[in-house]
Amino acid sequence: MAADAAVAEVHAVPAPPGPLRAFWASFSENKGAVFGLVLLSIIVLVAIFAEFVAPYSPIEQFREFSKLPPFWVEGGTTKFWLGTDALGRDTLSRLIYGARISLFIGLAVMVVSIAIGVSLGLVAAFAGGVVDVVIMRVMDLIISVPGLVLAILIVAVLGPSLANTIVAVTIVFLPRYVRLVRASAMGEINKEYVTAARVAGVKGLRLMLRTVLPNCLAPLIVQAALGVSEAILEAAALGFLGLGAQPPIPEWGSMLADSREFIRSNPWIVTLPGLAILVTVISINLMGDGLRDALDPKLKRS
Amino acid sequence: MFKFLLRRAALTLPTFFALMFVTFFAIRLVPGDPVEVRTGERGISPERLAQFRHELGLDRPIWQQFLDYVWNLLHGDFGTSIVTNERVLTEFFALFPATLELSFFAMVFAIGIGIPAGVIAALKRGSIFDQTLMGLSLTGFSMPIFWWGLLLIMLVSERLGLTPVSGRIDLIKYYFEPVTGFMLIDALLSDQKGAFWSALHHLVLPAIVLGTVPLATLARMTRSSMLEVLSEDYVRTARAKGLSPFRVIGLHALRNALIPVVTIVGLQVGSLMAGAVLTETIFSWPGVGKWLIESIGRRDYPALQGGILLISSIVILVNLTVDVLYGSINPRIRHGR
Repeated sequence: MAADAAVAEVHAVPAPPGPLRAFWASFSENKGAVFGLVLLSIIVLVAIFAEFVAPYSPIEQFREFSKLPPFWVEGGTTKFWLGTDALGRDTLSRLIYGARISLFIGLAVMVVSIAIGVSLGLVAAFAGGVVDVVIMRVMDLIISVPGLVLAILIVAVLGPSLANTIVAVTIVFLPRYVRLVRASAMGEINKEYVTAARVAGVKGLRLMLRTVLPNCLAPLIVQAALGVSEAILEAAALGFLGLGAQPPIPEWGSMLADSREFIRSNPWIVTLPGLAILVTVISINLMGDGLRDALDPKLKRS
Repeated sequence: MFKFLLRRAALTLPTFFALMFVTFFAIRLVPGDPVEVRTGERGISPERLAQFRHELGLDRPIWQQFLDYVWNLLHGDFGTSIVTNERVLTEFFALFPATLELSFFAMVFAIGIGIPAGVIAALKRGSIFDQTLMGLSLTGFSMPIFWWGLLLIMLVSERLGLTPVSGRIDLIKYYFEPVTGFMLIDALLSDQKGAFWSALHHLVLPAIVLGTVPLATLARMTRSSMLEVLSEDYVRTARAKGLSPFRVIGLHALRNALIPVVTIVGLQVGSLMAGAVLTETIFSWPGVGKWLIESIGRRDYPALQGGILLISSIVILVNLTVDVLYGSINPRIRHGR
């Protein structure tokens, strides 16, 4: 019985919230962020299950139904909810498959640039000296060329394709991650817990990855979230310039480029892909704001 | 101060050198032979081809081509366009005023609306105005500007017929030799009736499109910077002294709040250049951005090389200037570094 009482007493004291719960409490305070998260989840689900959600294949051409407007506009049909493009391909299906492509680009750029950025940033911070100077000068160089111009140069060299878009955008975004990781690692390196770990014999990779890195994560996660949305925009811009994913891949930017000539006659074909980009980017940015408020109180937007 | 300037400038030298290195070698890796592009599909005798290569210096070892390249750059020779046979530097600076004019008015639009809007939002924190502005700013910030441009063309030009769709001026009605390269000034100088209005008409939409992202960024930055300053002690003191709200906000708060904003304005130059590439492509605006994209299609190595080098150099120089200016307007930063 005494044990039961003790248990009851323990339960009476409110347990300190776990890190996840504390995060959620702070995150969900921001209604915009929750809205962004919900919106983004829907887009992600649609993208993952594109085969089941999309009414048609993104490249199937219904020649007799080309350039139809959405169904609620005169001349539209419920057979093609959002109409069709110049080749008679279903716009809705192309947008759905396009979500897959854009999100994939965004994620791929983020994962690769975090992996390389964290490595280079940590090495720069720990090694110091010449290594540090060389890494940071290269990053300065990348930053000095305007992002899209650099991406254009890289794609011009490698040839336009989906994979090269990812390479180009990754290179453009790399310096931010390197600088961020280096700066936060430099801030941590001289703190007592790191010295303590060193004294205890923790060295090299373990010191970098297990001791220091976890304390640099908050700003990194925030940067990563916002980086995804920027990568999507950048990749769409390349696609629009004809330097990104090549037809018939239903990439949103290149869909816009294809439809430019119909700006007078069929405004819908132009409007919808851009709207898809905008909504996706907004939802990620809303979520990113919430992440920043929750994870990185120093950066909290007042 | 002078020493600081020199040191800061010296630090950018390696960047310039690396930039030359990268542009030179990157362009060599581009698939496609520039000579074949220039001579076209037609058959050409091997001797003639060799002669072309020799004229262009493409038959020499690559490191020698690079040294020549650097040597020429140092003498102000940025190469000759393979397509137009025009000096790249000449071509660039013939087109650059168009980009500059566009960027300038984009920034005027962004600053003229963004800063006042940000200040008002901060003063009326939490109000409908504040919330609407922050929502709009998030939208502007997330905007694919190439789509925004097309959308505005559809609405303003096609539907309402208010502005022209492309170009800098109505070329059928007005023609005059460029004097400054800035269409608005040239139009005024030309004394042709209506030319100035035509130029202004052409400028409005592209400037709005290019200015949208900076506008959103500026409004957001000004707001948060202003909010921070408003809670400072010296603002409270100024209020307590009984100064008029106008003096408190205009003189005490705004001046300090604008310090970080100035940096942001300066740092927008890089993204303005990137945005100009897209905006110029959409509106057929004859500036360096459109020229750069066209150079890729034409495989015009020297133009691409020179163009990217020049654009990046301009961005580096502007950032350097901003850095120095920032030091001089912010007394907290001393040049002793």
